Amino acid sequence: MANYSWPEMKSRKVIGQRLSRLDGIEKSSGKAKYTSDLMPNGLLHAVLLSSPHAHAIVRSIDTSEAEKMPGVKSVRVVAKAGTEVQWAGAEIAYVAATSEPQARDAARAIKVNYEVLPHFVKEDQITRAGNRAKAAGEQVTGDVDQGFKDAAVTTEGEYAIPVITHCCLEPHGQMIEWKGEQINYYPSTQNVSGIGGDLARSLNVPASQIKVHMDHIGGGFGAKFPSDNWGKECANMSKDAGGAPVRMYLDRAQELTIAGVRPSHFAKIKLGAKADGTLTAWESTSWSTGGFTGGGMAPLPYVFTNMPNKRLNHTAVSINGGGARAWRAPNHPQASFLTCAALEDIAAKLNLDPIEVFSKNVQFTPRAETYIRQLKRAAVMIDWQKNWHPRGKGASGNLKRGLGIGIATWGGLGHASRCLAKINADGTVEVMMGTQDLGTGTRTCISQVVSETLGVPMNMVVVRIGDNSYPASGASGGSTTIGGISASSRKAAAEALDQLLDLVAPQLGVPKDQLQAVDSRIFVKGNPDKAISWKAACQKLGPKSIEATGENNPKQPGGLINQGVGGIQMADVTVDIETGVVRMNKMVAVQDCGLIVNPKLAESQVNGACIMSICAALMEERVMDNVTGRVLNADMEFYKLAGIKDIGEIQVEMEIDEVNDKRGVIGLGEPCAVGGVAAIANAVANAIGVRVPSVPVTPDRVLSALYGNRMERLA
Amino acid sequence: MSDHQDLKNPRPAVSRRGFVQGAGAVTGAVALMEEEAQAQAAGKVMGPAAMAITLTVNGKPLKVTVEPRETLLDTLRHKLEHTGAKRVCDRGTCGACTVIVNNKVSYACTMLAVDAVGKKIQTIESLTANGKTHPIVPAFHNNDAQQCGYCTPGFVMAAKGFLDRNPNPTYEQVKDGLGGNLCRCGTYVGVRQAVLEAAKKLKA
Repeated sequence: MANYSWPEMKSRKVIGQRLSRLDGIEKSSGKAKYTSDLMPNGLLHAVLLSSPHAHAIVRSIDTSEAEKMPGVKSVRVVAKAGTEVQWAGAEIAYVAATSEPQARDAARAIKVNYEVLPHFVKEDQITRAGNRAKAAGEQVTGDVDQGFKDAAVTTEGEYAIPVITHCCLEPHGQMIEWKGEQINYYPSTQNVSGIGGDLARSLNVPASQIKVHMDHIGGGFGAKFPSDNWGKECANMSKDAGGAPVRMYLDRAQELTIAGVRPSHFAKIKLGAKADGTLTAWESTSWSTGGFTGGGMAPLPYVFTNMPNKRLNHTAVSINGGGARAWRAPNHPQASFLTCAALEDIAAKLNLDPIEVFSKNVQFTPRAETYIRQLKRAAVMIDWQKNWHPRGKGASGNLKRGLGIGIATWGGLGHASRCLAKINADGTVEVMMGTQDLGTGTRTCISQVVSETLGVPMNMVVVRIGDNSYPASGASGGSTTIGGISASSRKAAAEALDQLLDLVAPQLGVPKDQLQAVDSRIFVKGNPDKAISWKAACQKLGPKSIEATGENNPKQPGGLINQGVGGIQMADVTVDIETGVVRMNKMVAVQDCGLIVNPKLAESQVNGACIMSICAALMEERVMDNVTGRVLNADMEFYKLAGIKDIGEIQVEMEIDEVNDKRGVIGLGEPCAVGGVAAIANAVANAIGVRVPSVPVTPDRVLSALYGNRMERLA
Repeated sequence: MSDHQDLKNPRPAVSRRGFVQGAGAVTGAVALMEEEAQAQAAGKVMGPAAMAITLTVNGKPLKVTVEPRETLLDTLRHKLEHTGAKRVCDRGTCGACTVIVNNKVSYACTMLAVDAVGKKIQTIESLTANGKTHPIVPAFHNNDAQQCGYCTPGFVMAAKGFLDRNPNPTYEQVKDGLGGNLCRCGTYVGVRQAVLEAAKKLKA
């Protein structure tokens, strides 16, 4: 068996290099083909007719007129008479036609008779939830009453973080051809190896009939794992149309209404602490919704999980709204916001610097040393010493500056992954795996690992991914991809090299374990002149090629991968107390990590996560309308995302060092997307002297926190 | 086809407002006045039947049959194999469909195909045509101004249009000049650097 362990940090030539992504030019030249860009001859365009009502029973549905309209090839009813729909946007029917305008015309011609029923769409006031609220029961640890008695101060706060959506720029959807036995499936998915089986189950056909291919995906963030009902109906429409290719992507309003949300989280938190800031007791009453099925409790108290004396009550609230899907670090950003807000509020009451209070309580976290180190480093990066002031005690005038802290943790163990590596007689290398590159740089990282392992330049390595005919690799979720694919490709390449060394060892006159492959040469360790070139070695293969597989099994990480990281983010904001506008000055992120395959791409992910946090902290909120039961802002004008002007400066520090490196590869996508909302919300409180209880921290909410709500101001 | 009107310079029955963006753009009020004047001059009602038109895309005349209600974006993507521009918001907000029409940075989702007849349409595909690569393309690559990449072609075209007007931009001007595009992965840090790098390369 080949030696799989990572080469020493200082001896690496490719892993750890700041290389640009392999598919970068393809993407920046517009040549990258996403599945939504596939326009084969004979393509049919399909659209979804969705429910205008948040809660209704379909009494009748008549498609006869639609079926007769020009260009229409297939009409499929999802909500037959008698179906109860539970949210606005629910799927009613699909139409495929020669052109998209024709399909839309026909969808409009479908006559649906609804019996409209009462709906419940806003969970912000739990007292109005009635029988839509389902208590999860009380959890108690330690002696909570004694904990509050031991406290020098207590704080009670109400905090809220709303439902937000994934808002993938490429909407959910697919192109499908169902010709005879074979189904060619081109989805936009985070789950290339698994989505074919998912579609097969819903169509009741053997999984072997479904061929999945996807080169690029325009954003997923956790919302694109299943084949969904639109996958099934798209396949059926293709079948109806005699195997013609059919494409169906949600429109923007549908994407923002039914393609997944991040659950809200509301909490009343009572906290007790000693005079030095040490926490003594936590009591929270919380509720959340992720749609019709309710919403689970975020992990509270976040990170400081080992603190004594906790009482937790959570209630899941069912609303008539589109359902939740995994959203980058599920439940962590909410938990981080709720916990860090309460922590900074008690720090303010104690007149203590929040860094001191966080530091005092890291004893209750699983990684005290990491957080202490990161708090110190982030404080330097954001110039805390110079810019921090006690809450609300900054400069006079209308522009108030403030700083805040957010904390994060995540697992990130690599998923199950299999890889096939092939060394050809011309010296080229092919690597095949049923994974996907979400824009995280998966292709590039596979190439770097294989290039390092074989000692050949990256341009000799062809990476083939995005197809379910390759060995299966896990879905890209929960920061599991980099661990899975780096370990499996390392092992496959090492096994392939081992076979090549078998061939050349006799010529070089040493056992193969004394050979190494570096810089396109295979040579005797300690005697680099005794060598054969990579090309000459591969020529020995003759008409054959070497094939070897490698597998990552998360249950046996074997030193290549690991899990469990912490992170600290800090924000520096300026708030205009006349207008309520919050402006980002700077955000810093210090990220604990294991072995980083490509620091350039890793930093991009953290930069991006900080920007997503700015969106969620200052802008993003799905707004439901009580009267119609619909999403009021299912478009990109009023569902706000930050633009290039809104983000201030961002500074990222990956903690790349020998100690972290020795842990092996750990996932990064989630942990960096957690602490930012808390940091920004806390910075606003520090700036203006009062807590804005709800995010996003919009101008109206800032003014309400400062001067009372709008109605009171007008009175 | 017999039911198609073949017009050299057709006008739609209802025109959508042309969206403009970035520094140096005319104000909305002026744009609207121009639009009204054009609509009055044209006067001719088209559709609803499809019609044959010719669009000048990246210097080439391309014949295509469209319904008057079809956007330039959908025509480029669905019928002319130009899929670099992406349909994201479909309402003139996000900039993923950015093209340059008569030297003006424009959202292709808010322009009708029939309105683009007789105009010079430049798409992302032109930046790597004829074996030449515009420096903005590698600049996005070098600075990792992309993750999933779905917004990237729009950003690249907006950046190209911006640099055409502002060959010596400051960092602050870059931020303002690209305020008409949105990214979900959060690539703005790289985008800022990419535009500054491209500006340098273009001067060299």
